[in-house]
Amino acid sequence: MLDNLFYIIFPYAAITLAIVITVQRYLKRGFTYSSLSSQFLESDELFYGSVPWHIGILVVLMGHVIGFAIPRQVLWFNGVPARLYILEITGLLFGLLALVGIVSLIVRRFTSARIRAVTSWMDVVVLLVLLVQVVLGVYTALFYRWGSSWYATSAVPYLRSLFTLQPDLKMIAPLPMAVKAHILNAFIFLAILPFSRLVHMLVVPIHYLWRPYQVVIWNGDRRKIRGQSPRPRKQPATTALPVIADGGVVNKPVTAR
Amino acid sequence: MDVRLQISMVFHLDKCIGCHTCSIACKNVWTDRKGAEYMWWNNVETKPGTGYPTAWEDQSKYKGGWEQKNGKPELKMGSRSLRVLNLFHNPNMPRMDDYYEPWTYKYEDLFNSPEGADQPTARPISMVTNKPIDIKAGPNWDDDLSGSPVYAANDPNLEALTPEQREELFDIERLVFFYLPRICNHCLNACCVAACPSGAIYKRGEDGIVLINQERCRGWRMCVTACPYKKTFYNWSTGKSEKCILCFPRLETGEAPACFHSCVGRIRYLGGLLYDADRMLEALHVPDDQLVEAQRDLILDPSDPEVREAALRNGIDELTLEACERSPVYKYVKEWKLALPLHAEFRTLPMLFYVPPLLPVMAKTGDGVYDSSNEELFSPIEKARLPMEYLARLFSAGNVEPVRLALKKQYAIRLFKRMETVGDMDPAVVKQALAEVGCSEAEAEQIYRLTSLPTVDDRYVIPPMHREEAMQMLNDDVLADKGEAGFGFREAPARGA
Repeated sequence: MLDNLFYIIFPYAAITLAIVITVQRYLKRGFTYSSLSSQFLESDELFYGSVPWHIGILVVLMGHVIGFAIPRQVLWFNGVPARLYILEITGLLFGLLALVGIVSLIVRRFTSARIRAVTSWMDVVVLLVLLVQVVLGVYTALFYRWGSSWYATSAVPYLRSLFTLQPDLKMIAPLPMAVKAHILNAFIFLAILPFSRLVHMLVVPIHYLWRPYQVVIWNGDRRKIRGQSPRPRKQPATTALPVIADGGVVNKPVTAR
Repeated sequence: MDVRLQISMVFHLDKCIGCHTCSIACKNVWTDRKGAEYMWWNNVETKPGTGYPTAWEDQSKYKGGWEQKNGKPELKMGSRSLRVLNLFHNPNMPRMDDYYEPWTYKYEDLFNSPEGADQPTARPISMVTNKPIDIKAGPNWDDDLSGSPVYAANDPNLEALTPEQREELFDIERLVFFYLPRICNHCLNACCVAACPSGAIYKRGEDGIVLINQERCRGWRMCVTACPYKKTFYNWSTGKSEKCILCFPRLETGEAPACFHSCVGRIRYLGGLLYDADRMLEALHVPDDQLVEAQRDLILDPSDPEVREAALRNGIDELTLEACERSPVYKYVKEWKLALPLHAEFRTLPMLFYVPPLLPVMAKTGDGVYDSSNEELFSPIEKARLPMEYLARLFSAGNVEPVRLALKKQYAIRLFKRMETVGDMDPAVVKQALAEVGCSEAEAEQIYRLTSLPTVDDRYVIPPMHREEAMQMLNDDVLADKGEAGFGFREAPARGA
């Protein structure tokens, strides 16, 4: 019964919250989307927290996503023991890196007076949820070995069953407590995501890698307003945005506001 | 020819008295908020001095501005992929202590302290932590050369001088300084725009004002590092970057920005400049010593029929062109070549120009006697108290010639007016001085008038901003934004959870 609540009802509630509230917040309260960086107030300790945390957690998270996307291929890869060991050790190392990072970040947040001044209750909740998740993850990696393989055969079918709207608990029901807590905590993470600073991970500026350096935005097309356009227009009227690139002068549309 | 309009500024340093009224006006209007207490979108520094934030010109520390890499301009802070990797921790970001920790005083202690033998004092309280602090720095810590051995002596621009010149600079009785008011330069090739991973920073096409879209800024804080003038600031409370907006809501209603409006010395001029965006890259590919000239070349003559036609084609209206023709900035920068950009070597094409200050030796001391008699009215420019190399380092990327011309011209005009009003100058000497800088008597008179006797309307020639058109583009209901300025009322700037 409790399993139904924790692993069927709550996950759907968490996913719904995560989608509806993040979109609503993005559209209506765009101002609140920020990394809320505190580097300006304290920079040195941040380096030893933020960098290992982000690198560690990104790699681990990527591992989870890959396992979810292509479980068969992961199982095939793990078929050779040497490859399995390498995968497991890599995962564990990055998990430990994330653990070191999150612990440094927590220590920093509560020892620096300036950082305490910008700490909200939600920040405390976020740090706690992340710490619990990483500790459970590392614990699982250490004591329930070959997770990369059994994740593909037990947790992935469950997760996929959620996505196909036919929730099926039989694969995760017999899992150890630590692993089940890890799964539950993951959905808690999803549930608090839209209400916390975690939304910054949804607006990672990947498009920066290919956009032109200079951005010029016009409030509409002046040529059109004044009814004279002898020069052929290169872009649609509403966002007529000549942009000066680093390599040469080009015209490329950029979305205004 | 791609003609664009840039609202541009000239600060006449010879007239600046360093009163900081501009800074206060700006602070009161824009940065008197939580998280922005430490920000001075407008500040006035003493030069020589390290300024605000401390030693901001030292790009070996702050990594601001552009540099030429394999013949292509690249941000000094590194490539764009490096910037994405540095999102977690920006290694070159200035910290609060590079500016100062904002504080107030515990005034209530003056009233609430129990009776005792001593006077109660109001202790300084940090505006970040609300705890008592020892004040270590302020926004203007080295004002008027205070603490010169620590501050002024560390001015990065002094590298241009010989050790003897440096020593002379701080010699008592020879001591020299001037004021440098600074706001955002609203650059044509802005580093903050280029560095913003979110694409939140942009240049307005209509008037060239550089703005940060507060709803798109995500606090990645790359702009703070990238701007070599350190004029983008990180609001530690809202988690957003902010900068000078050139008071665009005031400009829309035909008023000068707050710092201009309040300027006691009337040193500030504002007007439109037309420039050719097609030739911008050319201007960026010249050696340092030609940067000032290259930037001047970009500026177009608003009375040239060809330019006018191209401008009209680009949607710039007649009234704006008229305003550009009367622009005091055009006169100072292009016609008279008196105003120069600050640190052109950062290669951002800054659009705030400075008339370098004349600092003649007016008297000498010998045997402890202060002797104000001179063979000439002023000592010649070459013997000025501030070495020209120093000014060149600030205003012309190390090339002394543009600075020399600006100074000699100002000098010649003084001689000319002295001849006219006092009559004790030899006309031949005056004629010679004017001829040397290629300045006619009519031009000298014009420069004198715009420098010494300008009215508000002479100093601020604000082209019509056509907010009515802009709002039509943003909003279907033309009356929706009636009675508002700028973008009107938007979301409250509250910190996200």
